[in-house]
Amino acid sequence: MSHQYTADYDAYAGKSAETRHLKPGELSTGTTIMAVQFDGGVVLCADSRVSTGSYVANRASDKIAQLHDHIWCCRSGSAADTQALTDYVRHFLSQLAVETGRLPEVKVAAHLMRRLCYQNKDNLMAGVIVGGWDPVCGGTVYNIPVGGACIPMPFALGGSGSTYIYGLVDAEYRENMTKDEALALVRKAVAHAMARDGSSGGIIRTLVATEEGNVRDYVSGNMLPYGPAGW
Amino acid sequence: MSLSLQSGGAASRALAPPSTARAIADQGNQMTTRPITTGTSVLGMKYRGGVMLAADTLVSYGSLAKYKNARRLLSINSRTLIGAGGEYSDLQSIADLLRGNALNDRCTADSLYEEDNNEECAGEVWSYLRAVMYQRRNRMNPLWNDVVVAGFRQNPDGTTTDSPFLGVVDKIGTAYEDDVLATGFGAYIALPLMREKYRPDMEEGEARALLEDCLRILFYRDCRALNRVQIAKVTMDGGVLVSEPYELDTYWDFKGFVTNKGEMGTDGGW
Repeated sequence: MSHQYTADYDAYAGKSAETRHLKPGELSTGTTIMAVQFDGGVVLCADSRVSTGSYVANRASDKIAQLHDHIWCCRSGSAADTQALTDYVRHFLSQLAVETGRLPEVKVAAHLMRRLCYQNKDNLMAGVIVGGWDPVCGGTVYNIPVGGACIPMPFALGGSGSTYIYGLVDAEYRENMTKDEALALVRKAVAHAMARDGSSGGIIRTLVATEEGNVRDYVSGNMLPYGPAGW
Repeated sequence: MSLSLQSGGAASRALAPPSTARAIADQGNQMTTRPITTGTSVLGMKYRGGVMLAADTLVSYGSLAKYKNARRLLSINSRTLIGAGGEYSDLQSIADLLRGNALNDRCTADSLYEEDNNEECAGEVWSYLRAVMYQRRNRMNPLWNDVVVAGFRQNPDGTTTDSPFLGVVDKIGTAYEDDVLATGFGAYIALPLMREKYRPDMEEGEARALLEDCLRILFYRDCRALNRVQIAKVTMDGGVLVSEPYELDTYWDFKGFVTNKGEMGTDGGW
């Protein structure tokens, strides 16, 4: 991406500040994504807005993608790039599961995603949170921001809307939360981000991944814990 | 130092431009290059007995939804309304300018009686605003707004006609009037809907329902829109009325929305 900043002024001609980094017609999941680890699994959460500049291309998309039986990822950045990455990781993980005869570890999925992001960093705009449950480590969360670092953390925030909720999450997050506490926190935080970030909005999708399985839920856009209109 | 708007620095209301070199030296040569705090669409529609404007109450700071209770529909005098998207500080300046003119008119009127109405009608405000915007554009320092003007036309003797007026002036001074108008995103999304449903004899309730529906769709599809909105109307008998902001209901419970699309067998996401 670095060559864009040394290009001639002409390269910016006619392009709005919001869409300059996108190719013509490219979709961005300007987004809020979040994942929290709890004892027994992880909770993943995302908004549902996909935008091209100021236009909402999809107001109810699903940004939580499954990588394997108990491993999921939240996608932010370019919609095309993250879908392509998801496809690759699914392919390699399913092969690995067959070869080893075991459930892949979340750590392995995260590092695989990270290698793809890092080695193609010049051509990708993708920020991803990988989270899931495995029999070795239980519930774990890995944050893989743009550039391809891989950082294990108890909770992770990502996407354009995350900047608005660092304070809120810093104040409200506690270690060793229960599943329900974690769910309430992610819904509240993502709702607050959606209220302030123009690139986030719509419905809140959540996913709880545990040994027992995956449970999906959804908060409708008119039932958010904190409405977009706010004050 | 005077901060009047027409020439970006000169003092009087007259349209004669000052000597350019002195004006630039006086004001320190500042140019508006891009808007910072912005409002999105404004919708306008005539109906039976008046004109209605609609807008949300959001002013954004880039992609941040910073001010969620901002007023973008403003009354100028007892029979003219304006609404604008674009740079909010420029809208506030325009409102000050027009309201200042209205006050001036009231104070210097020949008659103190309300029925000898000396106020500018919406058509006059629209024409004046067009001159202001075009002049600023010529100095490469535009007021970065699309302004909608609503009200009634005036007879030569000063009495208000009952023929409603609705016009728009954009940041480069293009002036246009029509029965239905929309600025910003509204021009792409709401205007086709409004044009299809518009009839000159629409009742107020119908007009309002149509505008609310358009604002709801704009909330779904415009990243810089909000579901807290204001409606304003000008009528022959009632004058100008601007509502308090209120929230619109939104619908999300379609089966296609609820269905999850990220599972293993799917393409992912959409």
